[in-house]
Amino acid sequence: MKKRSIFLISSLAFGFSFLYVPILVMIAFSFNEANLSTTWTGLSLKWYQKLFENEQALKALMLSLRIALISATFATILGTLAGLALARFGHFKSRLFLAGMVSAPLVMPEVITGLAMLLFFISIGGLIGWPSGRGVTTITIAHITFSMAYVAVVVQSRLSSLDQSLEEAAMDLGGRPIRIFFDITLPLTAPAMMAGWLLAFTLSLDDLVISSFVSGPGANTLPMYIFSKVKLGISPDINALATLMIGTVACTIGLAGYLSMRHRASRGSGDG
Amino acid sequence: MNALATSKQKTEQAGQSRSIGFFDRHWKRIVIGLALLWLTLFFLLPFLIVLKISFANPIIARPPYTPLIGEDGRLQATLENFSFILSDGLYAYTYLNSLKLAAISTVLCLLVGYPMAYGITRTQGSTRLILLFFVVLPFWTSFLLRVYAWMGLLGNHGLINGFLLRLGLINAPIQMLYTDFAVYVGIVYSYLPFIILPLYASIERLGDTLNEAAADLGAGPFRTFMDITLPMTAPGILAGSLLVFIPAMGEYVIPALLGGPDSLMIGRVLYDEFFFNRDWPVASAVAILLLLILIIPIVWFQYINGKHQEEGA
Repeated sequence: MKKRSIFLISSLAFGFSFLYVPILVMIAFSFNEANLSTTWTGLSLKWYQKLFENEQALKALMLSLRIALISATFATILGTLAGLALARFGHFKSRLFLAGMVSAPLVMPEVITGLAMLLFFISIGGLIGWPSGRGVTTITIAHITFSMAYVAVVVQSRLSSLDQSLEEAAMDLGGRPIRIFFDITLPLTAPAMMAGWLLAFTLSLDDLVISSFVSGPGANTLPMYIFSKVKLGISPDINALATLMIGTVACTIGLAGYLSMRHRASRGSGDG
Repeated sequence: MNALATSKQKTEQAGQSRSIGFFDRHWKRIVIGLALLWLTLFFLLPFLIVLKISFANPIIARPPYTPLIGEDGRLQATLENFSFILSDGLYAYTYLNSLKLAAISTVLCLLVGYPMAYGITRTQGSTRLILLFFVVLPFWTSFLLRVYAWMGLLGNHGLINGFLLRLGLINAPIQMLYTDFAVYVGIVYSYLPFIILPLYASIERLGDTLNEAAADLGAGPFRTFMDITLPMTAPGILAGSLLVFIPAMGEYVIPALLGGPDSLMIGRVLYDEFFFNRDWPVASAVAILLLLILIIPIVWFQYINGKHQEEGA
């Protein structure tokens, strides 16, 4: 600390408690024996047991994971193309249009995106017979569309921060553009693509509003299942589910953060 | 031959060269084309359809609205949905209420987030990295579950009421869940990380030299903050505020889980209009009006963002 100010330290303490106390309380009460979240009656794993016997929840989880895997992969491919074009192709004719279309899904309220996609699927379903119904396919397409925008932003900012001399050198030496892309640009972009894929995966796994709009009968994703349950009030097995999900994410991100910090430290540049 | 091909590529006339294939000549166009095709088809086109349906009349049929071009080939667009929304007191109230909730939440986010961002810039090395890590971590955890976590704290049988009752400070539980108060807490809680990061970036960029100069010239900390830090970090304040305000305006999950029957927000009304009343044209018109309200902040945000990227490049 350069200057220790009581005001700044207490606002940091307040802010971080505000961010983390609710989560910690939820985690603690997932191990509580009682139904209510007011009283602590004893340590118990019964809500976890109940959760693993809950077939509906497990089915929803599997469906969400499947959608997240597919949509994150396609979003990473399409988002990388968009990010590459915005960062490396200079000024082309449709640049402003593409830039606008990439950033629009980031700021668009979810209810509007969800409504628009649903009405679109119904309209073209009526016109050309595809998609014939709503469900996994429509949810996956919707997720690809909004998460590719996030991937594009991550990839674009990574590529803009790298200088182009390697690619230019390869170009001057007569390399074919496609070879240059696979041999030079792609390896440079790989960390950003990984980060983008993880982001797209998380966004898909977490999306409730857009999925609810474009889903059909039978396709219940995990957030849709959770929402339908917690709308009626708190339920301890959802606390258990939340603990497992948040625990997984925290461990993964914590490990990634720790590794990148060590990597940075070993390179000796402390500024992030 | 290679040299020839290279020079041709450089002058964007690679089309004449025969040494390289179709893909090599057109790969840029293919890359741009694929990204544009997907976004046009699945993002732009859906919005045009919403726009179209907002001018239609609801009918009991499948689909439940009249086509834009009637069977007699004439245009049958109506502004009735919009005039209905604008003349109906409930919708007007809902738009204003959403504006109020989003604006107050944004200010609360700034009040909590600015000192936090400032505090983080005062730390160094690994402390700073760890604090930033804990700001970013909530991004990766489920939004829905984080909102749900507050239900356990704020409810009548929740932890806060239980605590206050046991201390004897209150005799009966205070109604906090299902009120506007809970909506404010939910929005500030969910969007706080979004506002801290741009604030942190702009305070960090400002550095110490100006503050030190002001202090050397005899300005007190408050004066320095008001005259230097605050105006110099205005772009970060604006960008962060828009990042909270825009999504908060259309929020559905937070008012649905934490809000009461009278904490009406436009996102929730749109959802209900579509799923419970099945009035597609009115729901579309509600969406178009929300978009019109948000277009200024959205364009403003894109402008700041674009300027920032130009500077960064």
